Amino acid sequence: MVPRKNRRQRQTPQQRQQQRRRQQDLTTFIDYESDARTRQKTHSALSRYFEQQAWVGKAALLQLLQTPLSTLMTAAVIAIALALPTGLFLLLTDLQKIVSNWQGNAQVSLFMKKSISDQEARLLTKKLQTWEEISNASHLSAAQALDEFQQQSGFGDALDILQENPLPAVIIVKLHRSQLITGNIERLTEKLRELPQVDIVQLDFKWIQRLNSFVALGKRGALLLSGLLAVAVLLIIGNTIRLTIHNRRQEILVTKLIGATNQFIRKPFLYAGFWYGLMGAVFAVLLIALLFWLISDPIHRLSVLYNSTFQLSGLGFVGVAYILAIGVVLGLTGSWIAVTRHIHAIEPK
Amino acid sequence: MIKLVNISKRYPGGHEALSNVTCHLQAGEMAFLTGHSGAGKSTLLKLITLIERTTRGEVVLDGENLSRVRRREIPFVRRKIGMVFQDHNLLNDKTVFDNVALPLIISGIPPSETGRRVRAALDKVGLLRKEKQFPITLSTGEQQRVGIARAVVNRPPLLLADEPTGNLDPALSREIMGLFEAFNHIGTTVLIATHDLGLISQLQYRLFTLHEGRLIADGTTQDLNNAA
Repeated sequence: MVPRKNRRQRQTPQQRQQQRRRQQDLTTFIDYESDARTRQKTHSALSRYFEQQAWVGKAALLQLLQTPLSTLMTAAVIAIALALPTGLFLLLTDLQKIVSNWQGNAQVSLFMKKSISDQEARLLTKKLQTWEEISNASHLSAAQALDEFQQQSGFGDALDILQENPLPAVIIVKLHRSQLITGNIERLTEKLRELPQVDIVQLDFKWIQRLNSFVALGKRGALLLSGLLAVAVLLIIGNTIRLTIHNRRQEILVTKLIGATNQFIRKPFLYAGFWYGLMGAVFAVLLIALLFWLISDPIHRLSVLYNSTFQLSGLGFVGVAYILAIGVVLGLTGSWIAVTRHIHAIEPK
Repeated sequence: MIKLVNISKRYPGGHEALSNVTCHLQAGEMAFLTGHSGAGKSTLLKLITLIERTTRGEVVLDGENLSRVRRREIPFVRRKIGMVFQDHNLLNDKTVFDNVALPLIISGIPPSETGRRVRAALDKVGLLRKEKQFPITLSTGEQQRVGIARAVVNRPPLLLADEPTGNLDPALSREIMGLFEAFNHIGTTVLIATHDLGLISQLQYRLFTLHEGRLIADGTTQDLNNAA
């Protein structure tokens, strides 16, 4: 066999030149190396950290935008799940506001016994005005009541036939705002009923209370619904991220072989969850704005009919901040769950 | 650099892929690992890269006993090793540049600082002009060179290659071997698993031969020529 020395001598000039060039390249390689080391020191650890985070975040976003349609669909599902309970909640909150305005006019009618004279009724009115539960009390004598009824009912002529005024005197009591809580109203009604002069106590706002209870129930329902939909968002994001992990299995294996930690591999997926959540939340805000714009006209017409200046309040700055925060938190949580469950399972074999 | 002491590897199911292998590769050495398929070459590399754990015996890498390395520390061991694969394992949705930059990013070097080192590595394997291309647009030989650039960009003390020339024609194979030699010249320890005996018999390096899980020869590649 030919010894190695002889072989080397047999190298062509081109081969020798190639070898020389390679040696030169290596020197540059080492030079670059030491150069990069000195450059590193000029960066603070914190700024390096943020640069890396920004880089990974941007890379994750670009990755999502590479498949715009599926990203859009996922974000849209999240948006609907966020917008539905939020919109409902906002509408109910507005309704509650209207109802409590009506409740401000809440009044109780005290019908006097027939035997009570106007004099006595007026005295009672004065006395009631001093009660702290009552903001105002006014007396309507039997005659005044008949007058008012004649004017308003249109039965004027028919009533003239009556020989005797069938109506009792009334004291109209306006409640203090603090009394509008259920327990207080019952207590006050009982107190009024015990007055010897009073025949019947009639609450004129029972239906408002009922409506109010329904709205409160609706709000509770909207909250429960939003809880369920939040779980749905977690599942959607978790599943999307799980599929992404599955699709990028090979990439994860290779990066693990090169020496990537689980934290490193986890990062882009967490960022993907973050972006999904944020995009979903932004779309949700737009969706709510669109829905409210669509119903604002009919609502305006309705409120004009009720002589009201009511307007939908919408999300507002705080509301938008809330939705964005909730979207981001759900996105991060959903992807965190998926990543934690699936990344450990992918190990090079 | 790598010390294997009486290592055995038995896979679940009873197959013993390696039995009682002992060898020592000095820092700065370049060596080949050969044997038939199934002789245990891949298993040996997997033990060094902690893809698998030894059943008995110990692997010492750069003074560190690998059987004591905990799961979460594995990535840091792997960063000391540049790995070249037969099917090069490049990420096809990333450019050549991004592929080569990956080990730097993984070890926490800010992306803005990777540029020069990546270009230096690409320059070394002669692919500087192709940094913006995607691996799929390159020839097999070029893809393998990108794989090598990725393996060396972090300047690891050890370079491991598993059948790096398995898919290449002889001329390209020689070129790739030339690259490994060049990196060995600047101090990198190199271990190459291959069954391309024709190629390595032209070189003069240490040679480990495995047969059915046992180390049957620890000599030089020239022994191949003498045997022939």
